[in-house]
Amino acid sequence: MLVILPLVGAILCFLLPQRVRFLGLMIAFAIAASVVGLLLQVLDQGALRYSLGGWGAPLGISFYTDGLSMLMLLVTALVGLGISVYSIAYFNQEKSVHFWPLWMLLWTALNALFLSADLFNLYVTLELLGLSAVALVALAGGANALDAAMRYLFVSLLGSLFYLLGLALLYHSFASVDIEILAQRVEATPAVWAAMGLMTAGLLLKTALFPLHFWLPPAHANAPAPVSALLSALVVKASFYILLRLWLEVFPLPNSGLGLFLGLLGSSAVLWGGIQTLRQTRLKMLIAYSTVAQLGYLFIAFPLGTSMAWKGALYLLISHALAKSAMFLAAGNLLLFGGHDRITHLDRVAQRLPLTLAAFALAGVSIMGLPPSGGFIGKWLLLDASLRSGQWWWAVILILGSLLAAAYIFKVIGHAFTQAEVTHEAGEVSRMMEWVAFVLALAAIVLGLIAPGPLALMDIGSPFNSGAAQ
Amino acid sequence: MLARINDVHGCTKFAGAGKAEAMNTAFFYALTGVGLFTLGLYSLIVYTHLLRKILAINVMGSGVFLIIVALAARTQTLPDPIPHAMVITGIVVAVSATALALALMLRFRDISGRVELAEESLE
Repeated sequence: MLVILPLVGAILCFLLPQRVRFLGLMIAFAIAASVVGLLLQVLDQGALRYSLGGWGAPLGISFYTDGLSMLMLLVTALVGLGISVYSIAYFNQEKSVHFWPLWMLLWTALNALFLSADLFNLYVTLELLGLSAVALVALAGGANALDAAMRYLFVSLLGSLFYLLGLALLYHSFASVDIEILAQRVEATPAVWAAMGLMTAGLLLKTALFPLHFWLPPAHANAPAPVSALLSALVVKASFYILLRLWLEVFPLPNSGLGLFLGLLGSSAVLWGGIQTLRQTRLKMLIAYSTVAQLGYLFIAFPLGTSMAWKGALYLLISHALAKSAMFLAAGNLLLFGGHDRITHLDRVAQRLPLTLAAFALAGVSIMGLPPSGGFIGKWLLLDASLRSGQWWWAVILILGSLLAAAYIFKVIGHAFTQAEVTHEAGEVSRMMEWVAFVLALAAIVLGLIAPGPLALMDIGSPFNSGAAQ
Repeated sequence: MLARINDVHGCTKFAGAGKAEAMNTAFFYALTGVGLFTLGLYSLIVYTHLLRKILAINVMGSGVFLIIVALAARTQTLPDPIPHAMVITGIVVAVSATALALALMLRFRDISGRVELAEESLE
């Protein structure tokens, strides 16, 4: 249901370009309703498995929902709904005709990805995700956007090919690509090490972990604002989700050097990304580099490996999704308002667009990790996990990262309160756009207040207890 | 090498020897696939012209498909059909990706007049 709806929506939007905005919004609401329905089912019955056409694994394709998938689907639906409402007002009719089919295809890919239970289905949905994301980046049209889109396309294809090669090795070692079956059969042979290395490399490229992050800032900064929000909030998280699944279920290798390596790369991402963010002069580039830094936090959970660490990373992931999408939407508002996005010329935006700036500030609170936001809960869990396991150096990285985040958030907000030397013509910003950004940012804060709920959701199907001690 | 490959076709009656022959040729093809993959990867990184990069991705894709199909033939006398299904899906994906890449490249050339990406190029 969750996959058919957006797919049909995409085709309808393509075929009926006059009614595209109305159709798109209806489909968005329908998908959100279906996700809530699935949530109720999962809460009632625990983890669910559904085989397409009645053909079970290993020959058929099955969909599997546990707490982790459900959480990702929920976040996707929430952010997706917000972006859909925002895009009604953002794109004019001409651009809407192209945006909506692509966005629906992207949603199809995301939903199918989070529901997949075997590695090859993950490959197909990953490719669909990459291709629609590239097309959406190119929607902005200028030379910069096309350059960024082209680079993103090459990176995406390269990552997928590495993933496919690893998948080939795994298949030929164990005669199955179903995740559950592989989890039972996998052993530590050289082929498995090679496969793990290849697949991890491919997925790291797609998740833009330092030093493979070079494609992300141009792509996210040059895309139209709702597209940037989608990319930063959801698309890079999808490949991280696959990496998490692989790590937890298919390759439960005990505290190997690879975990430490990923943690080191994550820390470098946090520090390097933070420093680069401070150097930016354009608002969207700043937010894009901030994504690079925030993604680093997610990888600090790998060397820790405890259930608490994973939950912390996931909480950071979902708060970041909400907060970053709010930030990009707010930036889109500012861009429409001022006609530019240079930070130093933000010119008293605080008085003139208070709702937008409030959205940005609230999102910033979550990014910084101040209580009571979702970002705080995530960082708290990671700090706790790192101190408990005695690896206190990760805590230092977390604190430094938060300081850097505070620095760049305050930089932007500071400029928003002061008057610039040059004033610009004010453009029109629709109230609906401002409200969407604000609601998403508010959701990031609310996540901090309702922490026990999502944390309990993550436990359904216990994806974190295979092989890791508490 | 050629003589041994010819042997495979004539040799289905000799089950044991045939199987060994099939396994050897399968690995030969798989190694070729690895070679294609590496050559494609090298070209993707080194060349700056967009069309060459697109072709490099295609060569890499073909390399991976060759590996998948070749290894499918090594387990029994009748090849395993699942990898074949995977490769067919993969080919469809590769065709769509190439179409998108070519369309992007043409548009990029029309708008910017260049056929190479900006200075800070792919790795």
